[in-house]
Amino acid sequence: MFQIRIHGRGGQGVVTATEMLSIAAFEEGRHAQAFPSFGSERTGAPVVAFCRIDDKEIRLREPIMQPDALIIQDPTLLHQIDVFAGLKSEGYVLINTSHSFEDIGLGEFAATHKASHLAALPATEIGLKHIGRPIPNVPLLGGFAALSGLIKLESVVLAINEKFSGKVAEGNVAAATEAYERVRAQMKGGAHA
Amino acid sequence: MLKQTEGSHAVAEAVALCRPEVICAYPISPQTHIVEALGEMVKSGELPNCEFINVESEFAAMSVAIGSSAAGARTYTATASQGLLFMVEAVYNASGLGLPIVMTVANRAIGAPINIWNDHSDSLSQRDSGWMQLFAETNQEAVDLHIQAFRLAEELSMPIMVCMDGFILTHAFERIDIPEQSQVDAYLPAFEPRQMLDPAEPVSIGAMVGPEAFMEVRYLAHAKQMQALELIPQYAAEFKQVFGRDSGGLVRPYQIEDAETVIIAMGSVLGTIKDVVDEMRAEGHKIGVLGIISYRPFPLQAVRAALANCKRFLVLEKSLAVGMGGILATDIRMAVTGSGLKGFTAIAGLGGRPIPKASLHPLFRRAEQEDLPPVTFVDLDEAAVNKQLERERLNRRSGPIAENILHDKGVVSAKFG
Repeated sequence: MFQIRIHGRGGQGVVTATEMLSIAAFEEGRHAQAFPSFGSERTGAPVVAFCRIDDKEIRLREPIMQPDALIIQDPTLLHQIDVFAGLKSEGYVLINTSHSFEDIGLGEFAATHKASHLAALPATEIGLKHIGRPIPNVPLLGGFAALSGLIKLESVVLAINEKFSGKVAEGNVAAATEAYERVRAQMKGGAHA
Repeated sequence: MLKQTEGSHAVAEAVALCRPEVICAYPISPQTHIVEALGEMVKSGELPNCEFINVESEFAAMSVAIGSSAAGARTYTATASQGLLFMVEAVYNASGLGLPIVMTVANRAIGAPINIWNDHSDSLSQRDSGWMQLFAETNQEAVDLHIQAFRLAEELSMPIMVCMDGFILTHAFERIDIPEQSQVDAYLPAFEPRQMLDPAEPVSIGAMVGPEAFMEVRYLAHAKQMQALELIPQYAAEFKQVFGRDSGGLVRPYQIEDAETVIIAMGSVLGTIKDVVDEMRAEGHKIGVLGIISYRPFPLQAVRAALANCKRFLVLEKSLAVGMGGILATDIRMAVTGSGLKGFTAIAGLGGRPIPKASLHPLFRRAEQEDLPPVTFVDLDEAAVNKQLERERLNRRSGPIAENILHDKGVVSAKFG
C-alpha cells in the first residue's frame, strides 16, 4: 500500500487533489481511497487530505500517520505545523515553491534525504499561467506523477477530464503536463530546484 | 458500473435507482452531499417522477416524509446528529404509523460539546424508536443496503435507517460498483402501500388509541421487526443472486471458525479491525471479527450462534451510554446470557477520534489475556481528565469543562487526524 498525504490551505483544492489522485489510480486498475481530514473548513486554514493506493481492496480507515509521500501545497505551512510528521525515511516530498529546499529552510532535511525523492515545483505560477487562478493542486499532481512514477501523467489527465470540462479541463491538462515535464527535467538534472 | 466516486454521491445514485417519488431533506453535515446530488438529479430530469421538497427544518423533513408516505409515495430523506434529534417526535410517529420511509443517517456525534465528526450516538439514540437500523461497513455496502432497505421497509410497512459513518464513508472517494437500473428494477418491486390516503377510498391514519388497544399496536411493531429478522437474510441472499455480491444480512463473521477471541463492532471501523486481525492471525493469534449489520432488529440468535465457539469477546463501539458503559455491548451481553462467555467493552472513536491500528493491537492483545476492565476508553487522555478533576476539587467555580479541556490541550490545528 502506498500512502500520500497532502497539506495545503482551504481554497487550494487539497481535497479535490486527493480525489483526483484516487481517480488516476482507479483508471490504472488499482484500488484507491481518498478522504479529507474533516474539519470546519475555512479559506486559508490548514487542510490535510489523504490518499491510499493499493492492488487490493483497502479496508483501513485510519488517517495516514506514516506517509510514503507528502505533497505540500503551501510552504508557509512549514512554519505552522509539522507537515513531515511520520514521513517514511525514503518518502517522497513535493513542495509548491519557486525556491530551493535550502532557500525555504529545508537545507538540512534535503541533505539527509534521498535527493531523487525530493522536488520543488512552482505550482502556483504554473496554475496561474494555464488556469488563470493561483490553484496549485493539479500541477502538483502532474509533478507527483513525474517524481514518484506511481501514476502516469495520462491517468492524471483522465482524472482532470472526469472532474472538469471545457476550457478549465484544457488549462488543467496543460498545467499538469508542464509540471510533469519540469519535475522530470529536475530529476534528470539531479537537483531539486 | 465500477466507478471511483464519493460515498455520498454513490448513495444518491443508489437512491435514484430505487425510483423515489418524494425526497425531502434539510441540509446538515455530513449528510448534505447525498441530498444535494439527489436535488441535482431531480432538477436535471435524470431522476424523473420525483418531487424534491426543500423544507425549513428536520422536523419538517420528517413531517413531509410522513405525509408523502401516507399518500402512497416512495419517500426518502437523510439526516445526521442534531438534525435527527430535532425530528425525533416525527421519527416516532413515522414508525408508530407504520410508514415505510427510508432515511440515511450519516452518523455523527451529538452535542454538546458541538462536534461535527463521526460516531454512532445519533442513530443509537433512536434505538427504541421503532425504526429498523442497518449499518454499512463500506460505501459499497451503503449503496447496496439502500436498495435492500426500500424493499424491506415497504414489505413490512415500517421505516428504516441506513446508517453510514459520517465523513469516513460519506466523504471518501472509493471504487464502488453502481448497479444497473434493470438490476434494481428486477430486485425492488413497485411500492404497494398497505395503507394510503386516497380520496377514492377515504381512511384516517393516526387514530388516538387508548389503553384498550395501544399495547396491541405496539406489539405489532415489535412483531414486524421480528419478521425482519427472517427477511433481512432472505433479501440479502436474493440481492446476491441479482447483483452478484454479498451485502447486508444480520451479522458478518470474519475469521471466526477457530477464534478464541472475537471482536464485535458496527460500521466502517470493521475494515481497520479486520486488518489488525489479519496481522495478529499471521502471528498465530486465534482472533476473529463479528460485524453487526442489523442493529434493529437486533439479531440475538445470530449473535449467540456466531459466538458459540469462542472463549471471550470484545465489543468495540463508537457510542457511550453515559452512566452505564456500552450501548451495543448491552445487546451483545443479552445475546450471550447464560453462556459463561467473558465479555469486555471498548468505547472508541467518540466525536471522530481516529481509531488507529496502533491502538487496536494492544487492546486486542489485552482482550485475549482477559486483562481489561469491563469498560475501556480507547486512547483516553487521562492526564487531561485528571487535570480537570483536580481543577474541580480545588475550585467551586471550575468553569465550563469543554473550554477547560481545550485550553489545557492547546491549539490542535497541527493534528492531522
